[in-house]
Amino acid sequence: MLPLAITAYSVVCATGYGQKALLDALRERRGPLRPNDFTAQPLPTWIGRVPDLESATRDLPAPLTPWDCRNNRVAWAGLNADDFMSAAAGAVERYGARRVALVMGTSTAAIDATEAFYRHVDDPAGVPPQLLQPELHTPHSIGDFVQRALGLAGPCFTIATACSSSAKVFCQAERLMRLGLCDAVVVGGVDSLCNSVLYGFGSLQLLSPETCRPFAVDRRGLNIGEAAAFVLLERGDRSDLTLLGYGETSDAHHMSAPHPEGLGARLAVEQALARAGREPREIQYINLHGTATPKNDAVEAQVVANLFPATTRASSTKGWTGHTLGAAGSLEAVITFLALRTGLVPGTLNTTQLDAECGPQIQLDNTDGDIRFALSNSFGFGGSNCVLLFGRQTA
Amino acid sequence: MSAALEVAVAGFALWNPPGRARPQPCILPPNERRRAPDTVAVALEVAQAACANAGRDPARLPMVFASTYGDLAITDYMCSTLAKAPTTLSPTRFHNSVHNAAAGYWSIATGCHEPYCALSAGRYTFANGLFAAALQVCADQTDVLYVAYDIDAHGPQTQITRSHGILGVALVLTRDGSGTSLELAAVAERSADTAFAASANAMADSLPLIAALERGSGDVLRLPLGPGSSLQVQLRHR
Repeated sequence: MLPLAITAYSVVCATGYGQKALLDALRERRGPLRPNDFTAQPLPTWIGRVPDLESATRDLPAPLTPWDCRNNRVAWAGLNADDFMSAAAGAVERYGARRVALVMGTSTAAIDATEAFYRHVDDPAGVPPQLLQPELHTPHSIGDFVQRALGLAGPCFTIATACSSSAKVFCQAERLMRLGLCDAVVVGGVDSLCNSVLYGFGSLQLLSPETCRPFAVDRRGLNIGEAAAFVLLERGDRSDLTLLGYGETSDAHHMSAPHPEGLGARLAVEQALARAGREPREIQYINLHGTATPKNDAVEAQVVANLFPATTRASSTKGWTGHTLGAAGSLEAVITFLALRTGLVPGTLNTTQLDAECGPQIQLDNTDGDIRFALSNSFGFGGSNCVLLFGRQTA
Repeated sequence: MSAALEVAVAGFALWNPPGRARPQPCILPPNERRRAPDTVAVALEVAQAACANAGRDPARLPMVFASTYGDLAITDYMCSTLAKAPTTLSPTRFHNSVHNAAAGYWSIATGCHEPYCALSAGRYTFANGLFAAALQVCADQTDVLYVAYDIDAHGPQTQITRSHGILGVALVLTRDGSGTSLELAAVAERSADTAFAASANAMADSLPLIAALERGSGDVLRLPLGPGSSLQVQLRHR
């Protein structure tokens, strides 16, 4: 394991544009989820929608307009938040474009554009030429777009393992850097609201008709959200924040349900701790997957209760952001960075009574603390698990 | 990139029949075999054959699955249903629409708790998947199963995507071995676009490598890796 310095990060999600908007919402316990106003036909659920994404101020610049779609607008907003573009440009200047790799994670990619193409296909007026752009119609639409936007020329691919996608990007970055195949890696996750995931999760009866209530005794399912989060990883001690470990496993159990005892999740946590050389008692905060579906939360609560002491604090932040699926790994990595840097340990929004399965680790209220080591959990459809371990060095 | 990745091929398999013949992978129970999406069927067929050829236990192999488009037939179903009657969407087709469906079914069928990756790199998918699999072999000192597949475009998709037939390849890559070794290095040179020929499958970049492995010759191949780069693959037979 080569520890990697986290030298820049940015975020856009339902709480708005940039880290400050997210941190303020977390501190003030302001939930930006809203009743579904995205789908053309009614679908009774709540969503985590990036505000004002349709406004002209969020338009892509001229060289990128051929790839305009909702997913790439979310990505563009993320690249422009928190000065990420200049941080990435700095890496290109230091190392050269060929030595900066790009590994993106997504579940939706630009399927919003493919859906739009199908809505227009029988239209006598014809399909808008925009929707015929071939690069939009693959899961790699996001890697392709970010590569163009940042002018990178190193290794570039897109991981699509459902809800673990943009956690697993960190693992690939570490391998690329350890073998000396590049000098910096831009990783990130981008997912956007679309009919595929809204009606899809609706068909599985996993959408909550109310705001999602992670780990609540009366939880009724998840809320879909959209987000972009980007992270720049480099060698050495260029930052106080470091990727110290990761664990990746497969449940080998079921396509859309977790292993009943959380076998894959537990193995992933143990691997992350082992790679970082840390003990469970040293982990002060865990950002949980905590989707608010009955099964995920029951299994995850059990894994946390069995592995960690009562002093480890854990929470799901999906009450603020919704479940951003392929973007969740990177988005929640950023929330973990905020906890490490500011000492704000977010609680769990919307939940008033925890399920009896929850151990003392799971927190409803925000607290403060001096956080040195923290985990971020991501568990996806198809039984794909990824756990990341981050640390903060003190001066 | 300056460094090269060196791996050995312990076994490989190809599914590339004329037309669009669909395999019936016996690793799945008969009812699932019939219902499996084409991408899952072809990926599991070649994965199983490559593991058998390599004499490796699938349950112990980390996996990299690569597909340019994922299951185009399911995407066609999903997008046309969403355009007309979104609330009738099939939950089974939805959970089969994830890009990691083949990887998920394979890990379930083999009882494998090793991690899998499922990726796309658009027009450059085969070479990037090979690169990611070799990266994992070298970084983690482990054997890795690499599976790459695409199927044909359906319905209106033929206007926005190009892929024909059902094609799958799988390789078991190892750190050392007696088989053919591959030395992989990225070079800053664009290679000839062969795979996106109008009549080809989107994973056709895999065919020159499989042909070279079958011939047993010490070829040097250049596979499209990015807009201005190629993956140079030097084969050596031992």
